[in-house]
Amino acid sequence: MIRKEMIAMLLAGGQGSRLGVLTSGVAKPAVAFGGKYRIIDFPLSNCINSGIDTVGVLTQYQPLRLNRHIGIGIPWDLDRNNGGVTVLPPYEKSTNSEWYTGTANAIYQNLNYMDSYDPEYVLILSGDHIYKMDYEVMLDFHKANQADITIATMPVPIEEASRFGVVITDENKKITEFEEKPEHPRSNLASMGIYIFSWKVLKESLIAMKDQSNCDFGKHIIPYCHEKQQRIFAYEYNGYWKDVGTLGSYWEANMELIDLIPEFNLYEEYWKIYTKNENVSPQFIAADARVDKSIVGEGTEIYGEVYNSVIGSGVSIGKGAVVRDSIVMKDVQIGEHTIIDKSIVGDKTEIGKNCRLGVGDYAPSTLNPKVYAFDLVTIGENSIIPDNVSIGKNTAISGVTEASDYPGGMLASGGAIIKEGDSV
Amino acid sequence: MKALGLILAGGNNNRMQELSAKRAIAAMPIGGSYRSIDFVLSNMTNSHVQTVAVLTQYNARSLNEHLSSSKWWDFGRKQGGLYTFTPTVTSDNSWWYRGTADAMCQNIDFLRKRHEPYVIIAGGDCIYKMDYNKVLDYHIEKKADITVVCKDMPKDEDVSRFGVVRMNEDYRIVEFEEKPMVAQSNTISTGVYIIRRRQLIEMLERCQEENRWDFVNDILIRYKNMKHIYGYKMEDYWSNISTVDSYYKTNMDFLNPDVRKYFFREAPQIYSKIDDYPPAKYNPGSDVRNSLISSGCIINSKVEGSLLFKNVFVGNNCVIKNSVILNDVYIGDNTHIENCIVESRGTLRANTYYCGDNGVKVVAEHNERFMI
Repeated sequence: MIRKEMIAMLLAGGQGSRLGVLTSGVAKPAVAFGGKYRIIDFPLSNCINSGIDTVGVLTQYQPLRLNRHIGIGIPWDLDRNNGGVTVLPPYEKSTNSEWYTGTANAIYQNLNYMDSYDPEYVLILSGDHIYKMDYEVMLDFHKANQADITIATMPVPIEEASRFGVVITDENKKITEFEEKPEHPRSNLASMGIYIFSWKVLKESLIAMKDQSNCDFGKHIIPYCHEKQQRIFAYEYNGYWKDVGTLGSYWEANMELIDLIPEFNLYEEYWKIYTKNENVSPQFIAADARVDKSIVGEGTEIYGEVYNSVIGSGVSIGKGAVVRDSIVMKDVQIGEHTIIDKSIVGDKTEIGKNCRLGVGDYAPSTLNPKVYAFDLVTIGENSIIPDNVSIGKNTAISGVTEASDYPGGMLASGGAIIKEGDSV
Repeated sequence: MKALGLILAGGNNNRMQELSAKRAIAAMPIGGSYRSIDFVLSNMTNSHVQTVAVLTQYNARSLNEHLSSSKWWDFGRKQGGLYTFTPTVTSDNSWWYRGTADAMCQNIDFLRKRHEPYVIIAGGDCIYKMDYNKVLDYHIEKKADITVVCKDMPKDEDVSRFGVVRMNEDYRIVEFEEKPMVAQSNTISTGVYIIRRRQLIEMLERCQEENRWDFVNDILIRYKNMKHIYGYKMEDYWSNISTVDSYYKTNMDFLNPDVRKYFFREAPQIYSKIDDYPPAKYNPGSDVRNSLISSGCIINSKVEGSLLFKNVFVGNNCVIKNSVILNDVYIGDNTHIENCIVESRGTLRANTYYCGDNGVKVVAEHNERFMI
């Protein structure tokens, strides 16, 4: 077997609870993005484009959609005889049977997987960022500095730096200090949660810290290595990188794709993003339909009007319907004469006729004002919305709803309808 | 499945003008995102046929490229699989395929070695959905030697480019005329045949001895009074694309919601090679109506009653009307295209005018492309 120089471990087990009902039934990396993609497509495509053909994907929260999406890795050319993609769920051991309790703990529990390839370097990735990055360049940087650990960082506006873990480096980019969400940041280099470890260093530190509860890279492993005087370097990345952790940033990142020349350009021949295509047929735009400043996925049929929106594949939008400033995911059906403003509609949802989404005045969410802000209507996957209802801003809907759930045909701004037991 | 598939995709064709100058008809793009051969391949895999051989020789490169991996149609199996057979020089043969029967004859070893009792023979230039198992059941029930899938064409359609058949009340074929000057009926052969594998081998061996090379003339027509040759009538959508007009019409058929529903939404699915293009993008200024748009397209202007295949770029202030734009075409600003088929990978300069006045015009432009 040819030895692998670097393998990747992709952390994809998180719920992403700040995405609210969008992740009630799927892990965050499996949430749709940009019409036809899912969030995990970006790190997976980066891997294969960077020449990494061995990727372990660590799953835990609601893995069904993720597993089905990854399959044996065909879309990313990760179906290999030697290496390829391997899904790594938590498993029962003879001594204990714990879940993945932290990022580093999850990697620790898969020491055997990494050992079986005995690589020189291990790349740690998370499955919830939108970016294109050549990990090979980062590896070159790692080797040139004879580093033990390289952390990918990016400059952020100094006033926003207090939201991130920032690193302070010397003139050679060697990291001298860490600050986690500092009040008065002394640097604007924020950690992106992407690490290259020399395998020996990683193994040693994971074993040394194995009893640490909720063992985390940022909180435990990196400080441990820093204390041991390991050579830790900051690799500076200057391209597009978006954390789509909140509904607001998720909506924004999607909307950026419809700009005339988007900052994050999916249309470049170089560095393609791959995904599993379930539908290959073309989209149909009817004679009296209008589509303007939007991107639209395969197999979608539009009879209504679409403006400033990101429409997934297999969607149907009825006659007289209007969709504005919204994200509509796969296989959604929108009834005739329904008007949708600034909404996020999850996979396979059905919206009836003559509905109004995103109407009324601002009101904070009664369910969770931290999650459901940004004036968005958020509808989870497999939901049903009956005919003739109006839905206000900062609202959340999940599950099969009926006309009786909408007193006076209305869900006021800030409201929520969460039906339990609809999705297992 | 009790049958293996043979797809005859090798024919030369000069009725397609520039469109077939560089590609086999079976590799013609269809319906926005497909190639012609996808339909027969999907039918095979949806009928659980696991072993399929594509016989090809004329302009095979684009077809081979499309078939470079068998996984899209689920043929990547240990049992069976997808084979492409081009003519090869051997110690006792250095001929090209001299006809459809000869093509099979030159691969007779493949037929001998397989174990499936039946063979489904089909062309690569027809657009349809079919469960071949139903035809096979019919074939067995009729105790037929050969079953020919037939289709009644509309009364006003010119059928002189097809094989025209006449059946008796028991559906046995009593007359078969290949490309008749004056057609005696409007029932035509769709080019799909089912035959017992050993029967086929026997007939092919005899053809070879007698230096006969054509399946229709030298087997179907020659044997029709001696062997039991039955017709199976198919009722659903079927279209052959091997002329410019029928190719244009077949593509335009996909603007019909019933045709789209039948091929795109209803099971079983039609599969094709995955190209990894991003979603289609509609920039300000785009005005798309009654059209099919494929992934990877970027549109900045008016498109009406047309099909845009994958990865087409339409500049500002263009008008595209009733046209078929094949994949990877770049259309410069202020261009007018009407009643045209634009060949793939073409680059149309800005401020140009293309219009098919008397019928469909084939546009094949190979200007240099300057990308920003």
